[in-house]
Amino acid sequence: MTMKLSARQHKQRLGFSLLTLMTFLTVIPIIGVVIYIVYLGFPAINLEFLTGFPREGMRDGGILPAIIGTFYLTLGTAIFAVPLGIGSAIYLSEYAPDNRATKLIRIAIINLAGIPSVVYGLFGLGLFVLFLGFGTSILAGSLTLSIMTLPVIISTAEEALRAVPQAFRTVSMSVGATKWQTIRKIILPQALPGILTGVILGLERAAGETAPILFTVAAFFLPSLPNSPLDATMALPYHLYVISTQVPGMPIKIQYGTALVLLVFVLSMNLIATTIRSRARAKRQW
Amino acid sequence: MKSKQITGKESGSSIREFLITALIKAAGYSAILFVGMIFFFLLLESFPALREVELSNLLSSRWYPIEDYYGVLPLVGGTLIITIGATLIALPFGIGTAIYLSEIAPRWLRDTLKPLVEVLGGLPSVVLGFLGMLILSPYLRIWLDIPTGLSAFAGAILLGGIAIPTVVTVAEDALDAVPKSYRDASLAIGATEWQTIWRVTLPAARSGVLTAVMLGIGRAIGETMTVMMVTGNAPILPTGLKNLFSPVRTMTATIAAEMGEVANSSTHYHVLFLIGIILFLISLAVNVAASAVVFRQKKSQGHILS
Repeated sequence: MTMKLSARQHKQRLGFSLLTLMTFLTVIPIIGVVIYIVYLGFPAINLEFLTGFPREGMRDGGILPAIIGTFYLTLGTAIFAVPLGIGSAIYLSEYAPDNRATKLIRIAIINLAGIPSVVYGLFGLGLFVLFLGFGTSILAGSLTLSIMTLPVIISTAEEALRAVPQAFRTVSMSVGATKWQTIRKIILPQALPGILTGVILGLERAAGETAPILFTVAAFFLPSLPNSPLDATMALPYHLYVISTQVPGMPIKIQYGTALVLLVFVLSMNLIATTIRSRARAKRQW
Repeated sequence: MKSKQITGKESGSSIREFLITALIKAAGYSAILFVGMIFFFLLLESFPALREVELSNLLSSRWYPIEDYYGVLPLVGGTLIITIGATLIALPFGIGTAIYLSEIAPRWLRDTLKPLVEVLGGLPSVVLGFLGMLILSPYLRIWLDIPTGLSAFAGAILLGGIAIPTVVTVAEDALDAVPKSYRDASLAIGATEWQTIWRVTLPAARSGVLTAVMLGIGRAIGETMTVMMVTGNAPILPTGLKNLFSPVRTMTATIAAEMGEVANSSTHYHVLFLIGIILFLISLAVNVAASAVVFRQKKSQGHILS
């Protein structure tokens, strides 16, 4: 009995060590990647790099048009995806009956989340660029990205709305508030941090994606900043793709610098989202 | 049901309330509309391909659009070999990490590591592709002594990494949802923690873990930029293990690389949409299967609890 027990414990120790090793083999490369890009990209960062236009066939100068482009695209995505996503989440959490139609909506959302990003690009090209005639433009790109972003926003926002205790609704309705008044004045403010987290995580994904903007908005190089939503624009992820595959003799410093700016853009959104989430959890009184 | 709520419970509701409710309901149904529209447009743009290109051409193993060879088999094969490779990496590491975080790691470590894994999920795929080109593939070329490191193997490693966060997050949630009483009962009858994990916790969470794996595979199949940058982009039909160490070309990479250069409404353009609809249907199948598992699990949990 004691012999057997110790053999079992031996096995457990071995197994635990193996799982610990696997976890750290998963996590260490992530930290490594971030540190590596910061280390090699940081020397490229200066005022001219962040506020200047590309020069010498993009081998010199700055990446301002790409930064501005990604900013516009993220903003455009937010304009379409945020109201629609939150509306959809409110429907699912507060209105939807438990029936087949609702189940179909859920399956549709799961599918939207799984559609390959390049297929969104095809769809955007077919519908927004060609059929609706928006051309390769910020408008077409933002619409494409916003549909891709919807499932993230919907599922996180719905989770946040559902976490608000039922009693809040009952009390509000019992003092005579209508359903919409209850949602707007009671439920939404309570769920706001969770919704915000979802929105930022969704936009983070939109900001970093390349494939959906390939044929809907991204320009290889533009000599000026976009003036209207119907203009094409450069964008950070696409720019990184271009300078690392399409331009021969590209200085490595500029490549890593661009990767770093993109990484900071995306990871700071991630940081903001997780901070909001943990702060809200700590402050929550229910 | 719906109208009863409005006319019954909220009989005094104004037009405003009615309008807002209608808007919210429309937003709720929008997801179905979008999936339908995506399917419709892919179908619309890919249909002419079936008319213009003979089926024997489409199902051949030669992809060379300039001379009207539209065989999609090498592309399907490329996606398949990379996805299998990525799964073989993401499955053990993803589930192993999930088990460690949920069952073994102390709380503070878990709360530190899980967000870090989620950061990996948030890294833009173009950044991983960039690092894959600059760091991973040169090393692979030297270590494995192959002509080029831009290969299916490089793609499989990176895609495995990309799929891991999905697997870890979903599987960890599933393991975390297993009631503590299951573990306590197992430990109380003398099982070690290790035995409890393998014979009680993991089997109890199996449908969630299965969902995690399927969603991870779905993520790998759909990944575009990374594979386009690191796999060498040669549309060669993989026939064996040796192809793992030579360049391949996936379906996603083909669309991304060629769509920018084709004339609208040309045969090539329609064939690329046809590849798009194949990808759409694959992801539909994977996700419907994954959600079917989730729905079934919820039902059976209900049985246990009631």
